[in-house]
Amino acid sequence: MLIHVENLIKIYQLGKVQVKALDNINLTIDRNEYVAVMGPSGSGKSTLMNIIGCLDVPTSGRYILNDQDVHNLTDDELAHIRNKEIGFVFQTFNLLPRATALHNVELPLIYNGTPRSKRREIAMNMLERVGLADRANHRPNELSGGQRQRVAIARALVNNPSLILADEPTGNLDSKTGEEIMQIFNELNEAGNTILLVTHEEDIARQTKRIIRLLDGQIIKDELNQ
Amino acid sequence: MATLNAFFSHISEYLLMAWQALVSHKLRSFLTTLGILIGVTTIITIWTTIEGLNKYVFGQLSNIGASTVYVQKYPWVIKGDFWKYRNRKPVTYKEYQALAQYCNSAEHISPEVFSVKTIRYKNKKFENIFIIGSNQEYAYTANVAPEIGRFITELDVHYNRYVCVLGREVADQLFEKANPLGKKIFIGDRKYLVIGILERKGNFFGQSMDNFIIVPFGTFRRVYGGHREMRIALSTSPGKLEEMKDQIRSILRRVRKVPPTKEDDFAINQQDMLTDLYKSLTTTLFAIVFVIGGISLVVGGIGIMNIMLVSVAERTREIGIRKAIGATRKNILSQFLFEAIVISSIGGFIGIVFGFFAGNVVLSQMSLNGTVSLTSILIGFGFSGFVGVLAGFYPAYKAASLNPIDSLRYE
Repeated sequence: MLIHVENLIKIYQLGKVQVKALDNINLTIDRNEYVAVMGPSGSGKSTLMNIIGCLDVPTSGRYILNDQDVHNLTDDELAHIRNKEIGFVFQTFNLLPRATALHNVELPLIYNGTPRSKRREIAMNMLERVGLADRANHRPNELSGGQRQRVAIARALVNNPSLILADEPTGNLDSKTGEEIMQIFNELNEAGNTILLVTHEEDIARQTKRIIRLLDGQIIKDELNQ
Repeated sequence: MATLNAFFSHISEYLLMAWQALVSHKLRSFLTTLGILIGVTTIITIWTTIEGLNKYVFGQLSNIGASTVYVQKYPWVIKGDFWKYRNRKPVTYKEYQALAQYCNSAEHISPEVFSVKTIRYKNKKFENIFIIGSNQEYAYTANVAPEIGRFITELDVHYNRYVCVLGREVADQLFEKANPLGKKIFIGDRKYLVIGILERKGNFFGQSMDNFIIVPFGTFRRVYGGHREMRIALSTSPGKLEEMKDQIRSILRRVRKVPPTKEDDFAINQQDMLTDLYKSLTTTLFAIVFVIGGISLVVGGIGIMNIMLVSVAERTREIGIRKAIGATRKNILSQFLFEAIVISSIGGFIGIVFGFFAGNVVLSQMSLNGTVSLTSILIGFGFSGFVGVLAGFYPAYKAASLNPIDSLRYE
């Protein structure tokens, strides 16, 4: 059991109106699962993703990640978890524009104090793994969308996290490139990584092994993908 | 050891980040450093100038001799009511005689009278030359020595001879390369025999110290009148200065018939008074330097804070990314704080270089000896770093407090 979520509620205060983004979510994800979270916009999938990614905290309910109760953790402890346990892949890549591909991949290692020489080596290995060793010294604006997303994936993998969280990872890519990126995720899952993928594209979700559908902050369907 | 290494590798990490951020906005970074740059340049330049002046002035004042005092009607530094001094009786030759006779703690005593005359040799004529009437002791009280020829002797004074000793510059002007000794020059409308030339003394605040003529005291009085204002110079060995001053006071009070209830109606002037005055003057100057420098550093600091706030806003997304992949508040705070410190220190460093050159230029323009002091450099550097920390803290704190989700979504 990698992720365990119990009675999770998240309420946003928008002016005088309270918006219930997540309404009593219960969810368990085991190691090596490959899960897609689907739902229309406003269904709460991003909120769920943020809470699972320790970027946000729930209004109430319990969230246990890797046997650790995330509730009541300080900002720094959450930062540490994001660094060690979670690898983020975003729709908009979110690379540092002025840093090289290599430096972008190195970044999580900087924040856990890995010595410089070792950092280089690990980051280079990761870039090799996503097939971008020859682009190590290019900046994001010198790379194609698919290449940027691969850099982002390399960055997400570099600390060997328990969980890879991908938020619409193919949303900004053409279908062929998106397919290549999904290929990488599929391979990663086969290699034993746990992947949680937020998407609204049916054929992307079809490639995962389990699909959770959200609507108005509630899980309306949680099924294994045949 | 390991933590220390980690600490330094962190610092080098932050320095690198700061450097990259600054290099990516070269013009902006440069403009931001200007305030600090100007502040530090100002401080170092003025500081250097003042120190050069100090060295120079104290050097010059030491010419007066720490153990020489001057008995005069007016004190050198007048505090309070000028009229109190104005109504005093002048210092007279009789008082000189009394001091010469009774003041045994003084080693040398010279009466001194002054005038300004036109001098002439052949077809050369110079106006407004300073003429001093004194005796053979003047060489000791004023610390002058003849470079060639001889100084006035007791006999010159006794017989009121028409002889004169020239300051180096007067000699150069009148005689150029010719030997002045034995020549006769006109001072006013009297002829004097040149018996000696004094060693060069140099300049004091652009004023030549070699532009005067010394003649025997009696000769002076006979020619230019005996009722001029005079002063009496007395010198002794350093340890006996206070004793001598006490003696002078008691002798003069008796001669000038000052009632015991009244205060002295004469002044005993000494070098201290000038150095004290100068010190209080430069203390004020230093204060002004600090105010000016301080103001420009504050303005520079505000500039840095302003740019850092802009930079934090612009890089909200970057901050979000960094936080998402595990940067703590401390990491972000340090990153931006270092950026402010680096920007400020670069300004400080360039300011030190500029101040170093400007200081040296000023010194050489004013023909002063001196160097840019290490203290001023350290203060310049310390100040700029300090300003960096102060100016950078709030923006860095703001950056560190950003919410990762909102910052990731920031466009």
